[in-house]
Amino acid sequence: MGRLDGKVAFITGAGRGQGRVHAVRLAEEGASIIAVDVCHDIEGIAMPLATSEDLAQTVREVEDVDGRIVAREADVRDFAQLQAAVADGVAELGPPDIVVANAGVAAYKAFPELEESVWRTTIDVNLTGVYRTVKAALPWMVEAGKGGSIILISSGSTFRGGGLLTDYASSKSGVVGLMRSLALELGPYNIRVNSIMPSTVLTKIVDNEVFGEVVSNAMNGGQPFASREERLKAMDAMIALRHMIPLGWVEPRDISEGVLFLASDESRFITSESLRIDLGFAGK
Amino acid sequence: MGRLSGRVAFITGAARGQGRSHAVRLAEEGASIIAVDICEDIPEIPARFGTREDLAETVEAVEAVDGRIVARVADVRDFAQLQAAVADGVAELGPPDIVVANAGVVPFTDFPSMPESVWRTTIDVNLTGVYRTVKAALPWMVEAGKGGSIILISSGIVNRGGGIVVDYAASKAGVVGLMRSLALELGPYNIRVNSIMPGNVLTNMLVSGNFGRVVAGAVNGGEPFASQEEMIDAMEAMFRARNMIPLGWVEPRDISEGVLFLASDESRFITSESLRIDLGFAGK
Amino acid sequence: MGNAVRTGRVAGKVAFITGAARGQGRSHAVKLASEGADIVALDICEDLPFAHSPHATWEDLQETVRLVEEAGGRIVARKADVRFRDQVDAVVAEGLETFGKIDVVVANAAAIQYKNVFDLSVEDFEAGLEVNLTGVFNTVQSPIQSMINRNEGGSIILVSSGITYRATPAVDYAAAKTALITFARALANEVGPSRIRVNTIHPGYVLSPANDNLKYAERTAQLLGREPFTSLEEHRQALWDRFKPQNMLPVGYIEPEEVSNAVLWLASDASRYVTAEELKVDAGFGDK
Repeated sequence: MGRLDGKVAFITGAGRGQGRVHAVRLAEEGASIIAVDVCHDIEGIAMPLATSEDLAQTVREVEDVDGRIVAREADVRDFAQLQAAVADGVAELGPPDIVVANAGVAAYKAFPELEESVWRTTIDVNLTGVYRTVKAALPWMVEAGKGGSIILISSGSTFRGGGLLTDYASSKSGVVGLMRSLALELGPYNIRVNSIMPSTVLTKIVDNEVFGEVVSNAMNGGQPFASREERLKAMDAMIALRHMIPLGWVEPRDISEGVLFLASDESRFITSESLRIDLGFAGK
Repeated sequence: MGRLSGRVAFITGAARGQGRSHAVRLAEEGASIIAVDICEDIPEIPARFGTREDLAETVEAVEAVDGRIVARVADVRDFAQLQAAVADGVAELGPPDIVVANAGVVPFTDFPSMPESVWRTTIDVNLTGVYRTVKAALPWMVEAGKGGSIILISSGIVNRGGGIVVDYAASKAGVVGLMRSLALELGPYNIRVNSIMPGNVLTNMLVSGNFGRVVAGAVNGGEPFASQEEMIDAMEAMFRARNMIPLGWVEPRDISEGVLFLASDESRFITSESLRIDLGFAGK
Repeated sequence: MGNAVRTGRVAGKVAFITGAARGQGRSHAVKLASEGADIVALDICEDLPFAHSPHATWEDLQETVRLVEEAGGRIVARKADVRFRDQVDAVVAEGLETFGKIDVVVANAAAIQYKNVFDLSVEDFEAGLEVNLTGVFNTVQSPIQSMINRNEGGSIILVSSGITYRATPAVDYAAAKTALITFARALANEVGPSRIRVNTIHPGYVLSPANDNLKYAERTAQLLGREPFTSLEEHRQALWDRFKPQNMLPVGYIEPEEVSNAVLWLASDASRYVTAEELKVDAGFGDK
């Protein structure tokens, strides 16, 4: 008996990283998955994003735990693509009960050098993209009349810190404002809306050369690292200092446990909550 | 014309440090002062407190800016002493319009071995002492019917950080809870209630007592410093790293400017607010 | 002590819970036991003169024992007052001796006076803090060194309140419950390196024996300016109607089990990296 038996979860950014792990974890507990990812790099964001092969891998991993999944390539900046993906998912699995708005990008640029086009892209993916994600699923949820749980992935950077993250932190704080308003408006429908505030999660959004430059500037006098291992070691040392539990990052599955809790009926009266999963980052 | 002409301010912990600074600053703007201080050390708290000589100097400093002042020795743990001090002040100056609950202690003790007597003293001075301060002034304020402004000094610790200050942190957060309740209840009387969250302030509270050992442990391998100056330098460097504006601490007068703003009619519709004056500590 | 292998999300853990005789505390004990934990429980088991409503009884605590054992858990349950450190220490010592460890602490014991600032004397204020703040100090400090020494992590959950996000005319209660937020954070900072997590939980309006009683019903009737209620059922409906507009979700109150689900999550390893967090379980009350 899974904690999400019979439920359908719509997850964005499911091609790899946190999104993939959420898909698998929720499927382990009995949910069927509607999964989307942009599956290509986007202009203005230097770090590589997921690929079609990545999304296919997510499908395999969900099916390995006996989960059902409908996967589509869709850019959260394109409302029509999202609507089409959800419609396909509903046709095969039924209307969504759960939404996990997880797709996100980070540019890591100092504010004076941050081009307006990059700012717009970050906001468009991380904030308006979340809005579109909710809008694509909402009509189905309201019509089904069974209530539901919407989980928006925000960030620990909304509390403190934030160098090289003016666009990112702004978008993620915007998600919190969105979350509270949605929670208020959708409460009468028994649709709960909450956000999760991770600290650093070890996925490709930080495990890449672009963020590596940030690390090498902070820890290695600007000299590039000899290997990925060295880069990760320096990153661990850099970030662990900012956490109460002295580790550099959490694993994607730690975020999935929070998603699972908020998605299940165990949290049926929790709404308008920002759940920090952050090794104590926000408060140190 | 001063910003507080004709007003009467009741200030606790006024013998030195922040309290004295508030007394002088408010007097500069035309307020009369009712000042109290315990004027002796407390056995449970390993720090040097203000003395009667210090309180006399505060009186001199206030009179030097043409202010009127009634100063009394009173322990905020003793309600009768506070009531008597306020009554004396009212007899000479009139009922209070402004309350600045500033008296506070910070023992700097590890939690696991914190003696219950230390815990109780910290709560009794920093939290219950604030309640007593308000209760001593409130009947006069309500009877006078002119509204007023109550300012409770909390701490930046409420927003972030917190090793070896569990008792202090709890007491200062308690002050925020107290502040909100009072703001709600006293709103109909036009009595505003707000709190200030200072970052580190360079006063005797910080420099005397246990904290020197904490700094030594953090940056000097536990070895005591050769001199007070060396300790202060090390402390400054340690704090500076945690602030957005690269300084170790604010001056007492920076807090006084916040007190002045909240005390005056310029903030007449501000209530239940927590004002951070902290070099950006909370958000770094 | 030998025991069958337990399964569940907190299997093998030992949870120390205060105020466990009824209401939320009992619910947490039963929930954790049903997920594999053993329980060390205490309750004052008598009324507090300054508190508004009657507190639990010894019989209530025995009923908690029965329910925990029915759920498959072992339990040590004692009458003790969190205001008195020696009483808390005695229960903790017995728990450690019986089960060998404590790895979860749920500081739940509380008392409410319902007095506004004009009626709340300084003595009343002190009395409220004694239970709701110093009582938590005792509850947490008593087992903490054993948790640090074991060096296998742990989870400390302080029951605060949904009212910390909204101003409320219960001055001492608001002061104490808000104090717990930063108490938790400051402590989390100290014990983070030991992997001991410290969080607060903020329940909204919970229907429990603390308000589901005749004395409280009298108060509700007075506040609403109506004749006394003829039954507890009528009172429950009135509570529901009264508080529903203050919540985002269409409910007037929640049951203790809703809070227990959140306690369970924070107690389990699923939340192993969650610390210094404030978790609202409040139907959206705090942000409305």
